[in-house]
Amino acid sequence: MGAEARLADVPDDAIDAGRDVLSFRSAGKIFPDGTEAVRDISFTLRRSEFVSVVGPSGCGKSTLLRMASGLSPETSGKVQRLVENLGFVFQDATLLPWRTVQRNVELLAELDGVRRSERERLAREAINRVGLQGFEEHYPKALSGGMKMRASVARALTTKPPIFLLDEPFGALDEITRGALNEELMRLYVSEQFAAIFITHSISEAVYLSSRVLVMSPRPGRIVAEFEVPFPYPRLPELRFDPDFARIAGEVSHALRKGYE
Amino acid sequence: MTTQAMNTIDPAIELQGRRGQGLPRRLALSLGPPLVLFGVFVGLAYSISYLILSPGRRWLFPPPHEIVKNGFLNGRNLHEQLTALWDTAQVSIVGLLIAFAIGATVALVMSQAKWIERSLYPYAVLVQVTPILAIVPLIATWFGYDFTARVVVCVLIAVFPIITNTLHGLLTVDSELHDVFTLHHAGRIERLVKLQIPHAVPDVFVGLRVSAGLSVIGAIVGEFFFRQGTPGLGRLLDVYRAYLETDLMMSALLFCVALGLASFLVVGIVGRQLTKNWYEEGNR
Repeated sequence: MGAEARLADVPDDAIDAGRDVLSFRSAGKIFPDGTEAVRDISFTLRRSEFVSVVGPSGCGKSTLLRMASGLSPETSGKVQRLVENLGFVFQDATLLPWRTVQRNVELLAELDGVRRSERERLAREAINRVGLQGFEEHYPKALSGGMKMRASVARALTTKPPIFLLDEPFGALDEITRGALNEELMRLYVSEQFAAIFITHSISEAVYLSSRVLVMSPRPGRIVAEFEVPFPYPRLPELRFDPDFARIAGEVSHALRKGYE
Repeated sequence: MTTQAMNTIDPAIELQGRRGQGLPRRLALSLGPPLVLFGVFVGLAYSISYLILSPGRRWLFPPPHEIVKNGFLNGRNLHEQLTALWDTAQVSIVGLLIAFAIGATVALVMSQAKWIERSLYPYAVLVQVTPILAIVPLIATWFGYDFTARVVVCVLIAVFPIITNTLHGLLTVDSELHDVFTLHHAGRIERLVKLQIPHAVPDVFVGLRVSAGLSVIGAIVGEFFFRQGTPGLGRLLDVYRAYLETDLMMSALLFCVALGLASFLVVGIVGRQLTKNWYEEGNR
């Protein structure tokens, strides 16, 4: 097993609608105040591919995700989405505090105009999927941080998106909860086969979850290295103690540090 | 998976437990100190009446039991004051409701665009800084001296806190929550109804609580100045003043305070009932 480290090489041919779901082509973002957040980002997200983006804080990882979703349009280059239905999971659970878990999970379907009985069914299904059954009538303030994130993931699941964009979703949680939720995410990924861009600053989390890891430089963020992670799914937590796992993590870490130079 | 979920429920149970056993203790803690201080005040009032004032001048500051006897236990006086209290209460409640309707509408309109907010805000401030007594003569000229005019005074004095607090609530929604709505192409109205208005409810009640007290002040100030129309507490105070009935002035004053306090508490309780399920105080 070997990870091949190489600089992001982007094929020049047009993206393949059958294989790809999202592509960045020399995309950059300069904010109105003149701050250059990211520069010359090029990569293609393939169907059912789990890509992690690691980088120092403030390097524009979140901006990259907002560009991918269309929330923050690129100012140069091109970002192309081949599907419009995105599941966006923020670092905060972003639940509406005045709604119960059930009503929160229904929100997206509600905004998309799905009729009541159907969205109630979708929500119940998603709540079961993340293990929150029995908490449907709880308000967010009665939930722990981990449970709020589960509700947030459930909410995204209701629209059955082919792409998940995850912005350090478990970053604010304690180590144990975070580990449990990573397992959960892995399980969901294996069963739903969505494509994902996962923003994190944890190298081991990135290597464990992804089939590809992109390393970003400090601001303006550029992709300075890309690693294939060839372990088959589903992966088990013990994988973290595999020598190959350690080697790849080491290489990612090295690339991260090199990005500073 | 399920065990994980079960393990994480603890905070909820803990929260309820704390709330259950803490009630009598919390009540004692919140009522105890003010009650002690109340005793001190009563003692102070007696010492002013009997130690500082000579018997000939005692009418200037009648001792508390005289206030109770003449103001609250004398049937005729009590009836007069309760009638006035009811009259003032009606004016202040109607004033508060109209102030709420106008204030909330203005805030909703202001929340829709920065330029609308910038255009309207200076005038909201103008209403707030205009000394109420300075505008009362004009109101009397325009609206007469009765119910309508007194309600107008209440609205003028009570509307500003409702505008600012409602606007604050509508505009301080977390930007990521807005992102969630943007990603699903929510329109202006849907965003307002499902995100901004529910988010503003606790702030609306902060404003209403301040305005409830102000509306009572407005009702009394209006009557006091108009000196005509149905006698509310303000007019009654003016009459008692003319006859130098200090004991009755004090009992009427206590009724004014009670009315203000009751408005404040009722609005507070309604607000808490509406948001208790979800709102975490001090978390915003």
